[in-house]
Amino acid sequence: MSELVSTVAPPLPNATEKLKFYGIWVAAALVLLLLPRVFSSGGALTTFSLIGISIIFSLSYNILLGQTGLLSFGHAVYYGLGGFLVIHAINIIGANKLPIPLPVVPLIGGLTGLFFAALLGWVSTQRSGTAFAMISLGVAELIASSALILRTFFGGEAGVSANRTRLFKVFGWSFGPQIQIYYLVAAWTLIAVIAMYALTRTPLGRMCNAVRDNPERVQFVGYNPHVVRYLAFCFSGFFAGIAGALAAINFEIANSQYLGALQSGAVLYTTYIGGIGFFIGPIVGAILVTFLSLGLSDLTQVWQLYFGLLFIAVVLFAPGGITGLLMMHRPLLRAGTLPQVLPSYLVALVPTLAMIAGLILAMETIVHYTVNPGDDSHIKAFGVSFDAANPLIWATSAILLFGGYLIARRTWARVGQAWNDATGVAREKGVAA
Amino acid sequence: MSAAIELRGVEKSFGNIAIIRNINLSVAQGERHALIGPNGAGKSTTFNLISGYMAPTSGAVLLRGEVVSGLPPYQINRRGLSRSFQVTNVFANMSVWENLRCAVLWSTGQRYAFWKNIDNLPEVRERTAQILADIHLTARRDVPAGLLTYAEQRALEIGITVAGGANVILLDEPTAGMSHAETERAVTLIRRLTEGRTLLIVEHDMSVVFGLADRISVLVYGQIIASGTPEEIRGNPKVKEAYLGEEAA
Repeated sequence: MSELVSTVAPPLPNATEKLKFYGIWVAAALVLLLLPRVFSSGGALTTFSLIGISIIFSLSYNILLGQTGLLSFGHAVYYGLGGFLVIHAINIIGANKLPIPLPVVPLIGGLTGLFFAALLGWVSTQRSGTAFAMISLGVAELIASSALILRTFFGGEAGVSANRTRLFKVFGWSFGPQIQIYYLVAAWTLIAVIAMYALTRTPLGRMCNAVRDNPERVQFVGYNPHVVRYLAFCFSGFFAGIAGALAAINFEIANSQYLGALQSGAVLYTTYIGGIGFFIGPIVGAILVTFLSLGLSDLTQVWQLYFGLLFIAVVLFAPGGITGLLMMHRPLLRAGTLPQVLPSYLVALVPTLAMIAGLILAMETIVHYTVNPGDDSHIKAFGVSFDAANPLIWATSAILLFGGYLIARRTWARVGQAWNDATGVAREKGVAA
Repeated sequence: MSAAIELRGVEKSFGNIAIIRNINLSVAQGERHALIGPNGAGKSTTFNLISGYMAPTSGAVLLRGEVVSGLPPYQINRRGLSRSFQVTNVFANMSVWENLRCAVLWSTGQRYAFWKNIDNLPEVRERTAQILADIHLTARRDVPAGLLTYAEQRALEIGITVAGGANVILLDEPTAGMSHAETERAVTLIRRLTEGRTLLIVEHDMSVVFGLADRISVLVYGQIIASGTPEEIRGNPKVKEAYLGEEAA
């Protein structure tokens, strides 16, 4: 029997592979530890903290969307409730001088998320697909509107705030300075990422994938798909609660925006842009989207418009997200045919960028005339100043946009051709695409 | 000894339309039983009723003497009944290995465990490897099920069905759409994998039916018009009229 296993079953990771695997986590820990040495400004530390929170939140969302095939429009509920409970917990702990240090407080947020997911999830996880999506939306609206009505708990428009430095101190850490908050977020991010990765490697994690692929068949191999979805939902709520708790600790405030539709939309956006088909997809998405949202808002007034366009582009042209796009190249890399496609990328890049530049120019000009028609027509977007009233600018924009598109279309065809050739060679070499 | 599967006065209607009209059927343990009949006779509906995919409008389905009608499919599966589907019904984005492993998990007692590492379960590995070798898909182990050829998907379908070690196996047209050579291989596979188990099979290919089955039941318009050994069925005039004659013509 065991002889059969050794010849038929996929090989278990050997010592070197195991070492490599643990090495990745150790390297990640080291990077998190040393990051503040390289980028020590307060702004950088805040950015990193926000990325960490977003990573946990997006990964928790992907337990639903990517792993179990559940499209939720209300994931911020568990994030927000975790945040609110933690703010109240900090206030209670501080007022009563309880011996609970801040580093364990995110667990309260996690348990809150778990509790509410367990409470609200049983009904919504009966079905997947549209029914689940609609119920998640309804529950989210219910909770979000009650946040504005139940003022004693949610604090109305203003929200509730807390002072995180008044808690029981360990090793003299007050968690006042951002660097200490950064390390708190980094440690929880690492723990949560490891835990969520481990979850995918368990019987439940594998059955989540099976339920995603074919809930009907799951019933005929002994599993109740409802229970699988429900457990996935509970785990997802738990980690969302931790993310919400860290956000509340970071900002020392929780308000109704934490659990609103915008926040639920943001996590869907981040996760999808990153790529739902790979474990690291949401991590990539969290890093990219956090940087973009912080950076773009400085460069242009209508940054949300660009976000929307990026989302549409990803949904249409790269349904696997950024990670999916990169991972597509793995077989080419292994077969050594990647250099075959790179020149076509470079050729396509020039007209595509020209087209995008024309589009940006046109959009910023339209924004000037529709949003701020009374302002000076000399506007600045993406660090470039130009006169929105100048017909020459309009002409340039049109030429770049349409000319760029016409040329780019041909280069995209060439990319497709080069891609087919390269994957063909890879397939001949026996590398599975 | 109680029968492996027993249907007592089972009826199923959709609205006013009666699809299954008073079926009484008994399949002994260890028997290979074929269910045949023209298209639309209700063979797949009968499978759906036995496996819990649908509940009968009236009557009872018994699995080894226990009433199972009304139970959800996963409960019936846990009691030792497993079925395949007429239209291939696999986990398309998961590899062949993962498909089979999912089918093995419950029967090895893993339940909804989220504290065990999937790679650290020797029994699961061993049984998955055994089934993989049995269905001759070792070379395709890491291929996503959705990318397999039709015949390979049908083999995987059978593999998933038997992987859990169920004692009662229901196969719904396992050789449909296969070439002659593929059908022969599939029959050998079915014969071997259902050794010592009870098999109820729906099949259109009469050479498969008469070569494989110990007993045959003929279903026409939601009723069983005859039940017996292959010889009895061959000689039954009612069957000839309703079914075999039609086939010959």
